[in-house]
Amino acid sequence: MTTRSMSGRGELRPSTREALYGYGFVLIWIVGFAIFTVLPLAQTFFYSLNTVTVSATDISYDWVDWANYSRALFTDPTFVELLIGYVIETLVSVPIVLIFSLLIALFLNLDFRFKGLFRTIFFLPVVITSGPVIQELTAQGATSAPGIAQSAAVADFLLELPRYLRNPIEYLLTSFILILWFSGVQILIYLSSLQKVDKSIYEAAAIDGASAWESFWKITLPSLSTTTVIVAIYTVITLSHFSENKVIKYIFGQTYAVQGGIGYASAMSFLYFLVLLLLLGVVFLLLSARTSDRAR
Amino acid sequence: MRPISRDEIKSFFFGNRTSYGLIFTVALYLLLVAIGFVYLYPLLFMFVTSLKSPNDLLNPMVQWVPTEFYLGNYAKAFRVLEYPATLLASITISLVPSLIQAAVCSVIGYGLARYNFWGKRLLFALILATFIIPAQNTVIPQMLTYKSLGLLGNVAALILPALFGQGFKSAIFILIFYQTFLSLPKVLEEAARLDGASDLEIFVRLGLPAAAPAFIISIIFSTVWYWNETYLTVIFLEGGTESLPMKLSKFVQAYENLYPPGVVNIFDRLNEAVKLSGTFLNILPLLVMYFVLQRWFVESVERSGITGE
Repeated sequence: MTTRSMSGRGELRPSTREALYGYGFVLIWIVGFAIFTVLPLAQTFFYSLNTVTVSATDISYDWVDWANYSRALFTDPTFVELLIGYVIETLVSVPIVLIFSLLIALFLNLDFRFKGLFRTIFFLPVVITSGPVIQELTAQGATSAPGIAQSAAVADFLLELPRYLRNPIEYLLTSFILILWFSGVQILIYLSSLQKVDKSIYEAAAIDGASAWESFWKITLPSLSTTTVIVAIYTVITLSHFSENKVIKYIFGQTYAVQGGIGYASAMSFLYFLVLLLLLGVVFLLLSARTSDRAR
Repeated sequence: MRPISRDEIKSFFFGNRTSYGLIFTVALYLLLVAIGFVYLYPLLFMFVTSLKSPNDLLNPMVQWVPTEFYLGNYAKAFRVLEYPATLLASITISLVPSLIQAAVCSVIGYGLARYNFWGKRLLFALILATFIIPAQNTVIPQMLTYKSLGLLGNVAALILPALFGQGFKSAIFILIFYQTFLSLPKVLEEAARLDGASDLEIFVRLGLPAAAPAFIISIIFSTVWYWNETYLTVIFLEGGTESLPMKLSKFVQAYENLYPPGVVNIFDRLNEAVKLSGTFLNILPLLVMYFVLQRWFVESVERSGITGE
């Protein structure tokens, strides 16, 4: 009350004034969000409930209710199969990326010569990874684990396995380097968190007789739990948005296909989005459950 | 000569409080070199193969060392990609949206970091949402709108979203600027305010200079990500400007237009060496940029709080 009486007529309260300036700075984002995210999202949802026909002059809509969704889930065998493949591949890749990036970050957090060189190498893929480049490299067999995927013994072994096991392992062998290539940013995120861990804790632990091994499990790992959740979520999103992702390619292909069309592609986009959210939820719950376990 | 104690031998091999010891050091380098090799394997493979002449490709004895220094593949890939024009297009469609994106995200990040207002948490949640929502859930209506406006195939289709803070991966850049401006001391701002500076003046005179590193990281990363992005560019630039990755994905078709398979002799047929030359030409500008600016790429990410804590 006093602030109001103190400020003269026509003057704003400081907190109101601050809020107004704040809105002024972020206004452009809010407008952009409405135009470039909310509106197109709503429109895409509308498309997904219609059969959309685009002619040279205009667009016509034919309301079909949820038919596009039921077609994607129950009639189209390719989509569901690709979706399951995507979930499996993501669930296989995320732990590998997590462990690999943590391992490399731990190495790079040590003091040794040529550290900068190795850091440069491990971050390089972030700079050059684009869909067509990856596609060319995969097509030429350059992304498989060297020497393993081609060997006849491995091929024989794979044939013995049931299909649900064979597919993930095959994916792992043929795209092993590719999975590692998705770890660049994650390595840096881990590295920056490692550097924030208070050095004096390690010293105190060493004085109490803790070995480096114990320090890692009791100090380093618990202090990285939030970072791990961030890294995992970042990884899931990056993998899911990558333009060479088979589901994305299929949806893109269907957009322009005669039997597919914009309506059908939109329905699949929403189903894919839903699966992505579920995946994020699962990863988040798994990792934060482990975190709270450790806290106890 | 002083006899060497057992402890000294032990610490030479196994390390002590100040050094890691020989065994650990050797193991570390071995591991790092091995992992580094696996990591770079696709690039080495690509580079070596791209230098192989047609004879070398057919010769099973030639694995890692080509018998001659053959640049014919590059000459062909250079022609197929229409390299100078495509390179220029790629630079334009990655650099221009990036500059705009960085400028706009700095304003938004400043607002979030320096002002308290109702709904800020919601705003953060929505910014995060834009990072999660897959592109295919929003691009088709935009594409149709651009088409009706006659903007399809024009760089403007990429610039417009960036202008409103909705560019490619804008959430990350907003967070980078947010972190940067958050660490700006409040005292400086208050002093400037007492001197009669307006909010805008404070942003321009105090905020922007302090955010120079954030600008550099944002522009570099944004450029790289726009350069490598093909989903959005293929849809929005359809029938217009073509970037290097877009050309690369149509490489086979473009090659066969220039060198029709039925007409040219066997050595001019499309082979993996030519394709990989094209791929290498594709990433070459990025590699050059990376090695020139690598200090900014790696070190600044560690400091800029991309972690978002």
